[in-house]
Amino acid sequence: MSLLSDRALDHLRDVPDGERYRLHEPVGQGGMGTVYRAHDAELDREVALKVLRGEGDTELAARFREEARIVARLEHPGIVPVHDAGRLPDGRSFYAMTLVRGERLDAHLTGLSTLGERLRLFQRIAEPVAFAHDRGVIHRDLKPANIMVGPFGEVLVMDWGMAKVAGALPEPGMVLGTAGFMAPEQEIGDSGSVDHRADVFALGAILRAMIVGPGSVPRPLAAIMDRAMAQSPDQRYSSVTALAADVGRFLDGEPVEAYPEPVWERLRRLALRHRTPLVLVLAYLVMRLLLLLLAGR
Amino acid sequence: MAEDRFPVTRISVVAALAGTDAELREAAWEALARAYWRPVYVYLRFRFGASHEDAEDLVQGFFARAHASGYLADFDPTRARFRTYLRLCLDRFVSKERAAASRQKRGGGLTILPLDLAGADRDFARAAADPAADPELAFQKEWVRALFSESVEALRARSTRTGRGTAFALFVAYDLDVPDGTRPTYDSLGRKHGVSVTQVTNHLAAMRREFRREVLERLRTMTGSEAEFRAEARELLGWDPA
Repeated sequence: MSLLSDRALDHLRDVPDGERYRLHEPVGQGGMGTVYRAHDAELDREVALKVLRGEGDTELAARFREEARIVARLEHPGIVPVHDAGRLPDGRSFYAMTLVRGERLDAHLTGLSTLGERLRLFQRIAEPVAFAHDRGVIHRDLKPANIMVGPFGEVLVMDWGMAKVAGALPEPGMVLGTAGFMAPEQEIGDSGSVDHRADVFALGAILRAMIVGPGSVPRPLAAIMDRAMAQSPDQRYSSVTALAADVGRFLDGEPVEAYPEPVWERLRRLALRHRTPLVLVLAYLVMRLLLLLLAGR
Repeated sequence: MAEDRFPVTRISVVAALAGTDAELREAAWEALARAYWRPVYVYLRFRFGASHEDAEDLVQGFFARAHASGYLADFDPTRARFRTYLRLCLDRFVSKERAAASRQKRGGGLTILPLDLAGADRDFARAAADPAADPELAFQKEWVRALFSESVEALRARSTRTGRGTAFALFVAYDLDVPDGTRPTYDSLGRKHGVSVTQVTNHLAAMRREFRREVLERLRTMTGSEAEFRAEARELLGWDPA
């Protein structure tokens, strides 16, 4: 029998508890790591394990830990909860989350036929983002690929790897985000001026991706998108809540803040909104007119 | 192999020493001597300053006396841990031998254990070189070394039998065979053994789990009560076995 060295003895006694998780296939790629489906042997359940790529990059590792901490602080049904964080036996950082079953927003949209369904889904996307803003956290990388929709229509905003806590030090020169959904101030790498209105911009871009398709976009809705995606943050909605409220007004057939309606359009909207009583009144008037004509003979 | 001669699983060596089954008692004694001779040797050299020859003689004598008289069977698990009791028995044995001052009376030239004394001498030299070490710590460390080494050997045998040589080879390469302290990356191990990084992770996890199981099974046999077993497991591996 060959005897173990002191080093091997110490290692075997202290080997990290990474064996708690048995890794299966990758289920996604985040900005900083790979997400695996994994089995949590301790609690006998399936979880998603996000494992950092490139452990040697200390800046990346610090950002990864920060992501885990930020998400762990955001307890909301629309944000995937973090259960555990640590290091695998090989030293790679990880954190464990609930395994989300569903599909990405872009894939989910093909099953939605009406504009109303899409807009109500958009409102549900806005809720966790507004919650995060209320807690001082800006996502900075909102896009359809980072939004999952569960089998019961529940929405989960994922991948908070680029999130920033309000008041944190700026990261000079860093361009964080995804082209097409990134606010202009993010594109120039001016992280110091990036605030929650960058997420308003991204949500505007998501809204556009959700409703663009066959048929023209109603002008009030187009105005909502334009305002959300204004070049200057000052021209955008002041908050995600304000954006979602304007979408809600559009859904309810009310005037939206982003669009000053001409009189004729307002009348048309009111007519459409009160279609049933208007038809009844008109039918009544026509009947009265016919009766008067008949009585006058 | 230990597991061939003594059915270690779930049968306590400590209990078997006091049992009525002569065959089982003999096997238990062998298992006990195999697990403890090395810590005893290092302790003798450290604690009593015994020379190489004296220590060898005392090891043989101690186990021969324990075997013949059966005093290890008097262990009371409510009063101490078994390894503490064994060490106290050893202290008493050495005191008596020194008082008698008769080398011929010790083992009487009896050789009952096959001892790898060169390896044990290296252990002693290493332990003695550590200014913070003391005889009791050295005894404990050698006991852990024997326990872990035997568990690794059992794991090697079972992995070979069950066709999981790659998993064991990964375990050796990452967890055991790191002379300069620089561990290979999972990626390089995977390339060397033709498996993915995920498979490396899972093989290592499985081997560590089985290693711990081996350690716990042996630990259970070397302890006299459930409380002692759990206390030793906590001390050795840092957690309570289920």
